[in-house]
Amino acid sequence: MALAFFFYFSGVIVLTSVLVVALRNPIYSAISLLIMFFHVAGLYVTLHAEFLAAVQIIVYAGAILVLYLFVVMLLNVKREERYHAQFPLAALLGVTILTEVLMLAILRGFSSEPLPTPGGAGQADQATGNTETIGEVLYSTYLFPFEVASLILLVAMIGAIVLAKKNLGEHEL
Amino acid sequence: MIPLSYYVILSAIVFVTGLVGVLIRRNIIIILLSVELMLNATNINFVAFSQYFQNVAGQVFVFFTLTVAAAEVAVGLAIIIALYRSKSSINVDEFQLLKW
Repeated sequence: MALAFFFYFSGVIVLTSVLVVALRNPIYSAISLLIMFFHVAGLYVTLHAEFLAAVQIIVYAGAILVLYLFVVMLLNVKREERYHAQFPLAALLGVTILTEVLMLAILRGFSSEPLPTPGGAGQADQATGNTETIGEVLYSTYLFPFEVASLILLVAMIGAIVLAKKNLGEHEL
Repeated sequence: MIPLSYYVILSAIVFVTGLVGVLIRRNIIIILLSVELMLNATNINFVAFSQYFQNVAGQVFVFFTLTVAAAEVAVGLAIIIALYRSKSSINVDEFQLLKW
């Protein structure tokens, strides 16, 4: 049963991620990325990461993708030629590398014995829920990275406002 | 229980798809979408290993990746708008000011 769910989710994820790259219209690409985000969230649920599944849908599907669609409609681009001129070479190299990666993953992945599970900080407690455990680890062990993440968001916000401002450089900054 | 290698293979396929998208597409919006694909591939890996080792540190790192993705989208789309204003195009072949 779990295997069936995994193959459904992974099949849709692979299909939609190929469509993101292959489709001609940016809006269709964004919509197929949306479907991919929902199925990644489903995969997280099967992995017992319910909090991340909710965050995936709220932040990725709700915020990031809407921003993409907004910009696509703002720019109103005409259709243009999709691929670079060196597409045949790139396709050849990509297929080669993909085959290599898959060969390595299959040959190595199934032969090794299971890895030892180390203990330590952030050991998941089965008694408490997923969200509580993440919150405890996030605000104790990873408090400093959390603050740095808030700084990154502040810098991104200021940077986006400055970059998208009109007449950049003509007025005093 | 699904073997860990299945998740690694899935993540590798999605990552390589995103990489190919960054390399072959000319539309700069599709290039940013492909970067999102690659970030999602790493997130799948993080969550799978977090479940495998019974350690939530991996999920915390997915949280940080999400932050970086949001920042990247905000700045990237602002850059796209600025570029479109100066060139009236979002084709990456048009932007060759730094090329020599």
